[in-house]
Amino acid sequence: MNMTDQAGNLDTFRAEVAEWLQGNFPENLKSQGIAPFGGVEGDRVVEGEAALWRDRLASRGWGTPTWPAELGGGGLNHQEAKVLSEEMHRVGAINPIPLLAGMGVTMVGPTILEYGTEDQKQRHIPGICSGKVRWCLGYSEPNAGSDLASLATKAEENGDHWLINGQKVWTSGADISQWCGALVRTDSSVKKRDGISFLMLEMDQPGVETRPIKLIAGASPFCETFFNDARAEKDDLLGALNDGWSVGKRLLQYERASQTGARPTSNKVSGSLQSLAKSYVGETETGELADADLRVRIADHLMHTRAHGLTIARITAEAKGNPEVSAAASILKNSATRVSQERAELTLEFMGHQGLGWEGDDFSEDEIEHVRGWLGGKAISIYGGSFEIQNNIIAKNILGLPETTQKG
Amino acid sequence: MAALSEEQQMIKDQASAWVREQAPVSTFRAMRDQGLAQGFFSETWQAMIEMGWTGLVVPEPYGGAGLGYQTLGLVLEQLGRNLVASPLYASSVVGAAALMHSGSEDQKQSLLPKIADGSRLVVLALEEGPRHNPSQIKCRAELTSSGVRLSGTKQFVMEGSAATDFVVVANVDHGAGEQGVGLFLVACDAPGVHRHAVKTMDSRGYASVTFDGVTLDVDAMLAGPDTGKAVLEAVLSVATAALAAEMLGTAAAAFDMTLDYLKTRKQFGQVIGGFQALGHRAAGLYAEMELTRSCVEAALTALDQGSQDAQELVALAKCKASEFLHEMSSQLIQIHGGIGMTDEFDAGFYLKRARVLENALGNAAYHRDRYAKLLDF
Repeated sequence: MNMTDQAGNLDTFRAEVAEWLQGNFPENLKSQGIAPFGGVEGDRVVEGEAALWRDRLASRGWGTPTWPAELGGGGLNHQEAKVLSEEMHRVGAINPIPLLAGMGVTMVGPTILEYGTEDQKQRHIPGICSGKVRWCLGYSEPNAGSDLASLATKAEENGDHWLINGQKVWTSGADISQWCGALVRTDSSVKKRDGISFLMLEMDQPGVETRPIKLIAGASPFCETFFNDARAEKDDLLGALNDGWSVGKRLLQYERASQTGARPTSNKVSGSLQSLAKSYVGETETGELADADLRVRIADHLMHTRAHGLTIARITAEAKGNPEVSAAASILKNSATRVSQERAELTLEFMGHQGLGWEGDDFSEDEIEHVRGWLGGKAISIYGGSFEIQNNIIAKNILGLPETTQKG
Repeated sequence: MAALSEEQQMIKDQASAWVREQAPVSTFRAMRDQGLAQGFFSETWQAMIEMGWTGLVVPEPYGGAGLGYQTLGLVLEQLGRNLVASPLYASSVVGAAALMHSGSEDQKQSLLPKIADGSRLVVLALEEGPRHNPSQIKCRAELTSSGVRLSGTKQFVMEGSAATDFVVVANVDHGAGEQGVGLFLVACDAPGVHRHAVKTMDSRGYASVTFDGVTLDVDAMLAGPDTGKAVLEAVLSVATAALAAEMLGTAAAAFDMTLDYLKTRKQFGQVIGGFQALGHRAAGLYAEMELTRSCVEAALTALDQGSQDAQELVALAKCKASEFLHEMSSQLIQIHGGIGMTDEFDAGFYLKRARVLENALGNAAYHRDRYAKLLDF
């Protein structure tokens, strides 16, 4: 049944969702978080009740609720999707499909839906909706980071397919993904941005090799990916030939839109920041944090956090409940970055010696977890367009200032 | 601003057009040059009365329009943009709030309609020292058998020069041990009231007012020690949030002037906005402006809805508005360079006004501390 028929009556829809969840969501998963779905690393096999829940959710298309029903999505409007999410939250059910699809749900899928041919949508979207096909992204290269347009990985036409050669870096989950969306150079004779195309290729083939990267925080989802005569089908060029820069940029906007919520760099440290700070630092007779300087900076941080949340709410309301990708995403990304990194730094600071552990029994699990999260969080202002790149975007696209030095 | 009603949009457009056409910064400059003691042109005030702004938040039964603080914020923001000088904020917002949150029905009936039609200027007389500190009031109100005897000095009374009435915050002395602040209504011409104009750098009509054993009828007491503290808090919440709205407007105009300059001023053969150092500074300021706007709107909305977290949001709004206006007014001068330092250019007006508003009703540090206290740490 098509849920959009009931757009006029959200209560009916809510009741239906609640009933369906009661009959289909395995209670046991409630307290287990994302662990049964492979965890953050995604390196564990999904089985048993976790697999059952994934498949049941996918059969309704509710892992990707607003995508077209005929392609495996839920066909819901934004209000219905909100109801669905609220009801799932109420019973403690998580939607594992965005996690299982890697970059599929947040970035590649929306871009295929916007730029893809009918055939490409038919071939790729259902797989993403099923939670069984994981996507990674081949964007950055050793010599093309913030200056992404300098990328050198090359694709040449070879009969009925493309041959790809070169190296990508920071490909999250490349070692466990089935598909990759890659920006490749298809014309070296024109301006940098005018000779790039967006290709989709299978990862399980002899021409693709991946190597995990260990980061300052320890293990990481990131890989180096090497293409050595890797093959992509002719039909898997997304968008027009040599128009990959527009396609790729659009995808990054979807990425920023998905990164605007400030996430705690460690989700283990629970309770309010101020009460946690008190437990390490102590308080005065009048109940104030004992370190007056730290108290001011924590207050400042909490106020910024509140302002950030209010701004997301305001911008969402202004976009009439439909938070499409917008120029404001750059502001929110930088603001979210500040919230996350500031919180991690303040926590590290008030933990004192206890915030400096690496492993072992001298530190609590939370403390170790926080150290790793603090380190890992340093990436937030680098990935998805660095802090500085976002400021370039704000200056140029929102404020209309002339482009800063841009060669090629 | 999120989701304005038709009425709000109309009021905003009217305010924006009026400020642009009838109250450019040159009007403020003319007022400053003439050195008007009252700190505003009577014509400006008259125009506001005619547009109905003086009764914007006064409830309908008392001759006002009974609109919310969100709507009021739209007008104040526009006024802030061009540094429009008037007693609108001091009397029609703060004075009105004092009456609305305290006072008997008779007191409301007699005074609110006059605030709404602009015929009386009722302002809050609160501050006593260099820094905002509403919990340390020294001004005394003795309850006697015949009435009230008021003594003490109030400083930096906004629009105190033109005010017709003062709402004085004083410590009530019962003799019988019960202590606490109360609010008292005092006519400016009552025997024992002495005021003198205080010349501030923003050229507005502040006054220092001394109450030298002023005798009042018992019904001059708007709020006694039982309710005084709560009333004062409620009035200060409105006053602070509304001030933040005006500050947002002042800062937003400073931002627009700066952005315009970045796009037109050429050095080294290019417009200076093309230099990344300045582009990033502008981007950072813009982001802070967006955050500040969200806080101001949230505070005004919370007051309209009587939300539980209104006090937190008000402290947040004033803190953010103070910080952003501080930085923006400094950058306005810095980015304009030499021209920004000249009196002929308007930047100095914004800088001077900024520091006054930052200080009013508690600076950023005051509200950061308050926020921490409200969050129990």
